[in-house]
Amino acid sequence: MIVGLESWTLARPEIFLAAATVLLLIYGVVRGEIATPFVSVATSVALLVTAALLFLPYREGTAFSSLFIVDRLTATMKSMVLVGSAIAILMSRAYFEQAKAWRFEYPILVALATLGMMLMISANDLMALYVGLELQSLALYVIASFQRDSVRSTEAGVKYFVLGSVASGMLLFGSSLIYGFCGGTAFVQISGALADGRATEIGVIIGLVFVVAGLAFKVSAVPFHMWTPDVYEGAPTPVTALFAVAPKIAALSLLVSVLMGPFKPLFAQWQQIIVVASVLSMALGAFAALRQQNIKRLMAYSSIGNVGYILLGVASGTEKGIQAVVFYLAIYLVMTLGVFATILMMKRRNIMVEQVSDLAGLARSQPMMALGMLIFMFSLAGIPPLAGFWGKLYIFMAAVDAKLFVPAVLGVLASVVASYYYLRIVKVMYFDEPAEAIDRPSFGVNRVVALAAAFLIAIFSLVPQPLSLIAEAAAKGLFQ
Amino acid sequence: MSSWPILSLVTFLPLVGALFCLIVNGPKEAVDRNCRSVALVTTLATFLISLLLWIRFDPTKAGFQFEEKVAWVPALNIGYHVGIDGISLFFVLLSTLLTPICILASWESIKVRVREYMIAFLVLETFMVGMFCALDLALFYIFFEGVLIPMFLIIGVWGGKRRVYAAFKFFLYTLLGSVLMLLAIIAVYGQVGTTDLPTVMEKLDLPFTWQCWLWLAFFASFAVKVPMWPVHTWLPDAHVEAPTAGSVILAGVLLKMGGYGFLRFSIPLFPEATQYFAPMVFALSIVAVIYTSLVALVQEDMKKLIAYSSVAHMGFVTIGAFVMNMQGVQGSIFQMLSHGIVSAALFLCVGVVYDRMHTREIAAYGGLVHRMPRYAFTFLFFTLASVGLPGLSGFVGEFLVLLGAFKANTWVAFLASTSLILGAAYALWLYRKIVFGELTKDSLKGILDMNGREIAIFLPLVLLTIWMGVYPNSFLDPMAPAVDKLIGDYQAALKLARTAALVP
Repeated sequence: MIVGLESWTLARPEIFLAAATVLLLIYGVVRGEIATPFVSVATSVALLVTAALLFLPYREGTAFSSLFIVDRLTATMKSMVLVGSAIAILMSRAYFEQAKAWRFEYPILVALATLGMMLMISANDLMALYVGLELQSLALYVIASFQRDSVRSTEAGVKYFVLGSVASGMLLFGSSLIYGFCGGTAFVQISGALADGRATEIGVIIGLVFVVAGLAFKVSAVPFHMWTPDVYEGAPTPVTALFAVAPKIAALSLLVSVLMGPFKPLFAQWQQIIVVASVLSMALGAFAALRQQNIKRLMAYSSIGNVGYILLGVASGTEKGIQAVVFYLAIYLVMTLGVFATILMMKRRNIMVEQVSDLAGLARSQPMMALGMLIFMFSLAGIPPLAGFWGKLYIFMAAVDAKLFVPAVLGVLASVVASYYYLRIVKVMYFDEPAEAIDRPSFGVNRVVALAAAFLIAIFSLVPQPLSLIAEAAAKGLFQ
Repeated sequence: MSSWPILSLVTFLPLVGALFCLIVNGPKEAVDRNCRSVALVTTLATFLISLLLWIRFDPTKAGFQFEEKVAWVPALNIGYHVGIDGISLFFVLLSTLLTPICILASWESIKVRVREYMIAFLVLETFMVGMFCALDLALFYIFFEGVLIPMFLIIGVWGGKRRVYAAFKFFLYTLLGSVLMLLAIIAVYGQVGTTDLPTVMEKLDLPFTWQCWLWLAFFASFAVKVPMWPVHTWLPDAHVEAPTAGSVILAGVLLKMGGYGFLRFSIPLFPEATQYFAPMVFALSIVAVIYTSLVALVQEDMKKLIAYSSVAHMGFVTIGAFVMNMQGVQGSIFQMLSHGIVSAALFLCVGVVYDRMHTREIAAYGGLVHRMPRYAFTFLFFTLASVGLPGLSGFVGEFLVLLGAFKANTWVAFLASTSLILGAAYALWLYRKIVFGELTKDSLKGILDMNGREIAIFLPLVLLTIWMGVYPNSFLDPMAPAVDKLIGDYQAALKLARTAALVP
């Protein structure tokens, strides 16, 4: 079969990223360790160029015999993933240099993982989905244990690998069931088989449950969240920052396109699963974080909670719900990068610290850093007028619109509980007596990222309209 | 001049001051001094501009005036829509009046992190004014909740010993009530497709059961804010731990947000549910009036006593709002304004001696009249205003509410009026313990009377209290058409519902 030119043009950004990664890998291997600074910056630039290629010019359609799909939704999600990965690479330099683990393989692996994420987002076939997912996961397993002299980091990597493999196995098993009952792996074939009743519904549902479980693991939704706190805490902080944004966005996008695409006819069935996962995630994210002392672990629970809210948008199964998902993810991306940039600036006598209590009295020693963190925390808690509020508003509007009243009520109640631990960080920074002061953050990427994120939050708070237009356009892609 | 967006100016001018405080730089003393001055000048300017609202307000019109409407988030049909009517006019003025007084009251007592303090107060003023002006449910919610952030910091950073506990309790209590209101707002939005208040009022048509659920969700939020018994427990803690100016804003403005919310949202949007739940509101209010008055009698902390008396006074407000006749509603609004000034002044009175002695314990004082005659006069003046001496502002509100309640239900009026006796008992007891008696305590022998700055703080409040007590019509007349319309619409909606019920 001859693959037409059209296919290649549609996959232009992915091809560019793959080529750039390979070239940079060769360059790194030839030049050795000296190449690291260049490779890392070049990778970030390549990721951003890829993001630009998505829209210049923007094309949509399916390619490679329907294995691969491009529409507004995938393009928007991909651009968020790419920006997240690019910034995560830039943020990591100071940390790894200090840990003596500053190697050129790191940006290359991130780029490969990102490529996997792009393939996941664009997957239009269960096989393509699996290939993309594995490319992403394998690269991420390595990155989690990248600081290989650290026991915690290697432990995080192994844990992630073992549990991640189980999830992949479940996904594969579910896919095989679906293949067996539908007679095909392409999304069109599946939806066709479900629509004309050729498929035995109960068999497909069992398969779907396994697929959803596998994906729930990737987005760390309860009850498949167990790995998250340990991996977040153990992995090097810049890697945690990456984990908190890029793979989350990619897996959520995949979840949306799988559920809203081929399995749309089974909406009534999967809605129940997603609602339960959503409510449990919101509740666990709120309650389990209450007593956390380590700020990375706290952010892990916070991300579980956030995924719960996003899943509520998915569960509504409407165009509004998908808009809410895109909108929330964009704000979540900014907030999370801002928080991790701030965490990466937490150093005392030039040693990284990561306990909540280390922030004591920050408002007096580093007022601007504390103000930034204050904005992120109130925004994460969803207190108006900050941007996080708009995200929650969007989600709850979609949920109420879809008549998901009970989950919506539970969701807002969980958000009150969750606001307690965000407030606790504000309390430690503003109310407590100063502990030994945090070092004055040196001027660097992290400071720029934190500042830009705080600024963006302020902008989104006042002018949410552009972002909602983007979300609207993206969601339309799925409902044409 | 009519094209000038006065309301937006009043709302956002304080933010300009806050921005200035944020960027001002230099040695610490200079920064502190500059921030204080900037905050005072900005809030005074805001107050003067807000007076323009009163001057240009057309007291014969019932509808909204000074309206401004801009599409804000067209994707969600949320607009920036502000405007005021006779009900909200005086709340805006109350907020803009109390903020400069708060800044002045904190002039010397706040010594640490002056810059942040002033920023918090300026941001707080923006949120408060914006909330009273908002004519869009989402916009209202944003301002309503936004108030929590600066207030949380004010209590937590500059508060007393148990400030962290009080700040969290305040924040979480209020947030818990508010998020339910958010869901109700979303449900209303789902029905009407917009959050614009005038449109919602016109088009909202809900079945009775739905009205009840949504009314309860709004009630959860406003009842915590008012605060009504039994969700009032955050108030004494927050008041006791907050710095003086924080207590002033809490008592003066934040509590009014609940009463205002009832009048602006609960009653016009859900008239049938309002009628259905009114007896419950009466019952809770009467419990609040009697129970908190009794609790106030046994307090050992001055601020806590005044805090409990606030709960009792706000019980009057909720009774007045829900009897739904002209006297009751006008009395309710008037009582809120009067309480806003009188209780704010009482907290300032506590602040005066607290700044000198650093204790709020009643037992630590006694015989202050010998050393502080001016203070004794001011304190007595506001104590009497609080218990409702005719000729002062407190009397008018209480009298109107009782009149309205008597028309609606004699028992409610009877039980509510017991608070007049109990109120006089605890207020005068507090006054006697602190001001009268022999000056025996050594620590008090060197205490100084009020200085010029403190007199400047109290003077406008004293004059206003007399004005409101002697000639209340200046305030009652502008609000009459709006109140009339509120009651008219309410009766019409009930009549319509009854007719609909009769049709088989």
